[in-house]
Amino acid sequence: MTAEWVLSVRGLGKVFGPVSDEVIAGTGPEHGSAKYGPTGSVVAAWGVNLDVAAGEALGVIGESGSGKSTVMRCVVGDLEPTVGSVVLRRSDGSTVDIAALDPAARRALRIHDMAIVHQNPVDGLDLRITAGGNVADRLTAAGWRSFGEIRTRAAELLDRTEVPLVRMDDLVRDFSGGMRQRVQLAKALANNPSLVLLDEPTTGLDASVAAGVLDLIRSLLDDLGIAAIVVSHDFSVIEMLTTRCVVMHHGRVVESGLTDQLFEDPHHPYSQRLVSAARA
Amino acid sequence: MSVSAILPDARPANVMDDGATREIRRAVLTAIAVPGYQVPFGSREMPVARGWGSGGLQITLAMAGPDDVVKVIDQGDDEGVNAVNLRRLIVAATGADETTVPAEATIIQTRHRIPEDPMHNGQVLVLQVPEPEPLRGVERDTRELERMHAEADYARLWVSLYEDRVRNGVITQTTGYPCMVGGRDGGRYVISTTPIPRWDVPRLHRSAFLSLFGAGRAKRIYAVPPDTDVEPLTFTDVPFEVETTPGAACERCGSSESYLVSIPASDAAGPAVERWVCSDTDWCRRRSESQP
Repeated sequence: MTAEWVLSVRGLGKVFGPVSDEVIAGTGPEHGSAKYGPTGSVVAAWGVNLDVAAGEALGVIGESGSGKSTVMRCVVGDLEPTVGSVVLRRSDGSTVDIAALDPAARRALRIHDMAIVHQNPVDGLDLRITAGGNVADRLTAAGWRSFGEIRTRAAELLDRTEVPLVRMDDLVRDFSGGMRQRVQLAKALANNPSLVLLDEPTTGLDASVAAGVLDLIRSLLDDLGIAAIVVSHDFSVIEMLTTRCVVMHHGRVVESGLTDQLFEDPHHPYSQRLVSAARA
Repeated sequence: MSVSAILPDARPANVMDDGATREIRRAVLTAIAVPGYQVPFGSREMPVARGWGSGGLQITLAMAGPDDVVKVIDQGDDEGVNAVNLRRLIVAATGADETTVPAEATIIQTRHRIPEDPMHNGQVLVLQVPEPEPLRGVERDTRELERMHAEADYARLWVSLYEDRVRNGVITQTTGYPCMVGGRDGGRYVISTTPIPRWDVPRLHRSAFLSLFGAGRAKRIYAVPPDTDVEPLTFTDVPFEVETTPGAACERCGSSESYLVSIPASDAAGPAVERWVCSDTDWCRRRSESQP
């Protein structure tokens, strides 16, 4: 990668339970498990390296339990990695190791520099308040104190994510699943983050609605030039949104490369299974 | 027949023991030292039910002595049943004198109002607080509440103000309006100014007097020391406003510059004219008497 990276993950590992060379050597795809029998340790992720550049979307694909969620939680700072670094370059050019921050600093980072779009809108939105209020949440957290400016900015964001402005003052509880994801996107983009994490952004949606949301995400990523990580178990989502991706299995990255090449010519047996599942 | 006639020694002097007095004084001192921080205290059983001013009562009992003069108001009224009972209890338990005139009082215990008269330095206003937590409406999880206060994370309070204005066109919150103690820039903790109406909120700002908020049920004490900034959370482009009713004036003293309460319409059929009186009855009485 060039020096333009926004996120750089190096040697990331997360082990639940005792760690030793035997534990690491005794787990992974070749052993068919992330769990080391003798000690009961679970190597949820090990030796993960990721680079994401501005304007680039990186895919992380794998089945449930493959470690992709663990990697994501280490990136956003919900989990402290056992080893490795997670360095984010802020919009002002300064860099920060997320793994070394205290909780308050991590929260501040998530307001200003990093945003997450959850699979389930309930995890990312307050359904009891309006669409505009949900976007206002990010803006007020970043110190916005003018009602007029908050409204203008919220309207601009909701318009950009294709939420009809007549619905800006409706409660999110009354929104459809697809519309809720659009509100989540507006909220995620509120403070112009350097990095957006999309965690199974369309998994809970109908196929036709999902296609619309995917189109929107792709156009947002193209227009805004932000770095993105897309986590999914669905190769068609990864294929549509990302240019590069990594495949995770039993806590390890088993294959990485350009998404279209990987999709056309998967090498690892597990990648081949994923691709054939997506083509079915 | 009065209680004292039956039991001559039945002074309610043991309403609060010395240990409780000491503990509450320590909590009060902590509250003054960290303005706006809700100090936990071991709220004692009082001869009034929780929700009837037990928090304010404990602060007053812990502070007052024979040299003090106590005024107690309920909704601005010295003669409300609850105000009278609390005042009698305080006087009997502490040996303090009683008054209805704010200028004569050293301690004013109140539910719902700050007296209309300006208070001076050295006086203490004790407020009976039903719910001390300004974030209660936006968060129920106690650990999350503690985190929000610890990190001064009040974003969701601002969102609730945004929502109020979007849905109602104006800020509708009357009592318990959230304020930053220490000012917009220098402040640290947001407090709930319950039980007073928005009308009284500006009078906490750089006040000459000390305000002590006691919540008996929630077991919390917090304080606004004298000369401290108290800034209502307000959008920069939406000025803070107090409650007003255009054209309303007190039926007794004619005042239109005091906090007025409406009198419920009588059952008798008649023109539906809304009637208003001053909430602060002692202020209203003195004003009426001074008029020809």
